[in-house]
Amino acid sequence: MAQLDTRQKLEILADAAKYDASCASSGSVKRDSRGGKGIGSTDQGMGICHAYAPDGRCISLLKILLTNSCVFDCHYCINRKSSNVRRARFTTDEVVQLTLAFYRRNYIEGLFLSSGIIRSSDYTMERIVEVARSLREDHDFRGYIHLKTIPDADPELVHRAGLHADRVSINVELPTRAGLERLAPEKDATRIEGAMAGMKRDIVDAGDATRRYKSAPRFAPAGQSTQMIVGADAATDRDIVTRAAGLYGKFDLRRVYYSAFSPIPDASAVLPLKRPPLMREHRLYQSDWLMRFYEYTSDEVAAAADDTTGMMPLDIDPKLAWALKFRDRFPVDVNHAPREALLRVPGLGTRAVDRILAARRWRRLALADVGRLTVSLAKVRPFLIASDWKPVALSEKADLRSLVAPKAKQMELFG
Amino acid sequence: MRIVTLEAEDDFDGWRDAVRGLVLDQVPPDQVVWQVGGDDPGELFAGQMPVVPADRGAFSVPRAFIDLARSATLHSERQRFALLHALLVRVLREPGLMEDQADPQVRKIEGLAKAVRRDIHKMRAFLRFREVPHPPAQPFQRCCASPEPSDAPPAPPPDRPQHNLGGRVGERAGTAQNSSGMRYVAWFEPEHHIVRANAGFFVDRFATMRWSILTPEISIHWDGKRLTQGPGASKADAPEGDPIEAVWKTYYASIFNPARVKVGAMLKEMPRKYWKNMPETALIPELIAGAQAREQVMVATARAKSGDNVEAAWAALRDEAMQCRRCDLYKHATQTVFGEGPVDADLVFVGEQPGDQEDLAGKPFVGPAGQMFDRALAEAGIDRARVYVSNAVKHFKFEQRGKRRIHSKPDAGEISACRWWIEQELALMKPRVTVALGATAARSLFGKVMTISRERGRPHDLPGGGEGWITVHPSFLLRLPDEEARREEFAKFVDDLKAAAKRMRD
Repeated sequence: MAQLDTRQKLEILADAAKYDASCASSGSVKRDSRGGKGIGSTDQGMGICHAYAPDGRCISLLKILLTNSCVFDCHYCINRKSSNVRRARFTTDEVVQLTLAFYRRNYIEGLFLSSGIIRSSDYTMERIVEVARSLREDHDFRGYIHLKTIPDADPELVHRAGLHADRVSINVELPTRAGLERLAPEKDATRIEGAMAGMKRDIVDAGDATRRYKSAPRFAPAGQSTQMIVGADAATDRDIVTRAAGLYGKFDLRRVYYSAFSPIPDASAVLPLKRPPLMREHRLYQSDWLMRFYEYTSDEVAAAADDTTGMMPLDIDPKLAWALKFRDRFPVDVNHAPREALLRVPGLGTRAVDRILAARRWRRLALADVGRLTVSLAKVRPFLIASDWKPVALSEKADLRSLVAPKAKQMELFG
Repeated sequence: MRIVTLEAEDDFDGWRDAVRGLVLDQVPPDQVVWQVGGDDPGELFAGQMPVVPADRGAFSVPRAFIDLARSATLHSERQRFALLHALLVRVLREPGLMEDQADPQVRKIEGLAKAVRRDIHKMRAFLRFREVPHPPAQPFQRCCASPEPSDAPPAPPPDRPQHNLGGRVGERAGTAQNSSGMRYVAWFEPEHHIVRANAGFFVDRFATMRWSILTPEISIHWDGKRLTQGPGASKADAPEGDPIEAVWKTYYASIFNPARVKVGAMLKEMPRKYWKNMPETALIPELIAGAQAREQVMVATARAKSGDNVEAAWAALRDEAMQCRRCDLYKHATQTVFGEGPVDADLVFVGEQPGDQEDLAGKPFVGPAGQMFDRALAEAGIDRARVYVSNAVKHFKFEQRGKRRIHSKPDAGEISACRWWIEQELALMKPRVTVALGATAARSLFGKVMTISRERGRPHDLPGGGEGWITVHPSFLLRLPDEEARREEFAKFVDDLKAAAKRMRD
């Protein structure tokens, strides 16, 4: 095989990495490059998306694999052993130089490095860690680093990954055990969860140490995340929401990413040919938001799904679906209801709710006031009481759904 | 009428000092004209206000107002200083006003501040540096000569690294100082007066680099130690390209997934107005144009090549189905009854759901209806061993009456929950003809209610591809009370099976 140059390798190894949905550069500690020898800064808050691809996804990090060769044969994966994609492998220095060259030009926030498993889990993990070490120690790079860790690797190696990285992640891959058995026969749900538990322990320990000694080494300050593929196994939305809630609870995850399975070149026959609508993925993210920011329990979110099929409606968002199902909880009085009740009102975001709470300490709010705090008054109106508004007739209407649901429009191009 | 002249468009401190004096003098906001140095040279200094001495008096203002004003003064809206003055007068009169985000005036200024914050964020995101040698072999721009003192010893001209894109991407051997002979220059066109407010971010991030940011209103330069500013520039002052851009475009094109085009989501966060200074955006039209074709090729390839391990795929699917909990029927049924037969069969029959005997045996069509079905197949000359038989719903649904389990019809939700499995089976096997036995199977396969009497006896296109036929369920024949009708319906059933099977030979 002819030698590949860096750009050709990048083409292969970025293509191989794009099925990982995460590209976040958020939630780390504040760092900058002043007084250092290198470049880079991070923030505690949200990260920066330096570009968006036509798939609507944020490009924040240089997201690549070290190599797309792999000893595993996971059916959903373009890099599986039996796939006949072109293979490539970066050297440590190639990744380091590429990261720095992109970073200097303000293309990226940092690096998200993953890899196919070559030789052994330990060997692969060691190569991944070496890239991060070189960036941090040889080049004093202070930008964002996200490393994928390998469940079977030596815990000591995984620990070293956390010392260099802002964020670490291990993918649970599929929402159900049965799905994992079918589609990733060499992976093991118990080992994956065991590795996540170990990572959580390290993060908690390092957090304790940092509180006691300022100089204690940082360990994955942006925490850990995971990803599930949606639509490749038989999991319903209810199953997925329940699984995600379990993962958040057990492992203190910062994020669970949902990736609608999409066709890959050279797919395995075991993989379903039909992909789920992208809207399904969107509804799952909205469900996730309800749990993380809107104080819904996972059971409550699951209740928004259809009782029999366990699927979220595609035409309306899960918060609206929940409200239409539990109409006795509405209308909510914007001038008196507690925060948690206001958070349930379709169309009111967390920021609008906080502003309502602040404003109503000083005066009673009318419907027009709410209108200035939210995007769609039409959506909010049936569920709210304001000083000049009572929606009695509206909420008793049987066709409430058609009144508040968005007008049917053409779905995304290939939705 | 008072005229206040501020030093610059982003002169928040000047505005604050001036407005303090105006408030202390109780000048109404509509009696003040705000201008920025050079706005109107004719009337400059006409009614100029002296700077207010610090000891003239003071009043306190909520912190939230100061923060809001600091952002809003950067907006390009010309009335911003007057609007902020007017709001300040109200804030001093109405305690709590700053907490009332529903107030139209607060809302308006919050809107200005929000636009400024967004512009600041987008500048951090979409600004692109280009690398040039430092000092430049020839001045690459008129406005931005090196900000270093001219008596400094000239740095030796660094070798311009060969960006051989076929080879290494790195600029130099891997040391921390490998960009020391370089300078990074960006051209950016912000909407608001944010450049100086945003400079700290770039210094924090690129402290060890030499860089310049050129904008129409102002230029800023960082030499590794000091930040200096110069006049506005034009796009022609900025370097034209950078060989690394080709590598970056390769990345942009490769990280894009053509199977999930969402142009709206991209445009919402990256509006077209930013595109002209971002090299990668030149690729967007062709990426979108080629996406659908690329996805179709992927699906077609997958369809064409599956076959080598359909058997394994089917077995894996059945194993997964054994643990199905997509609806509640698994709770009372004995087991999942999956489809059965050769996976390369061209003819597939889909029934409603397993019955009492199928539930116990774990096999489809073994009870009374199955025996009726076998008789009909034999009559139609079809070998059951060569067809695949499955059900729309894979768990037995029943009502317990005494010791008997009475079949109960699956509802629309259960059919829909279970459709996942039959779709997977058919997608794997890709039979030429699929026959729906009864209304439940027809509903599952076609995704809508089909009237058997009207639709039987002719082929229909299945939503997932292939040809679908519709006929009655064999249990219907068992339920007919009189012998005559049963004989007649059985014959019609056999005719339907024959017609469907004939399509195999056509």
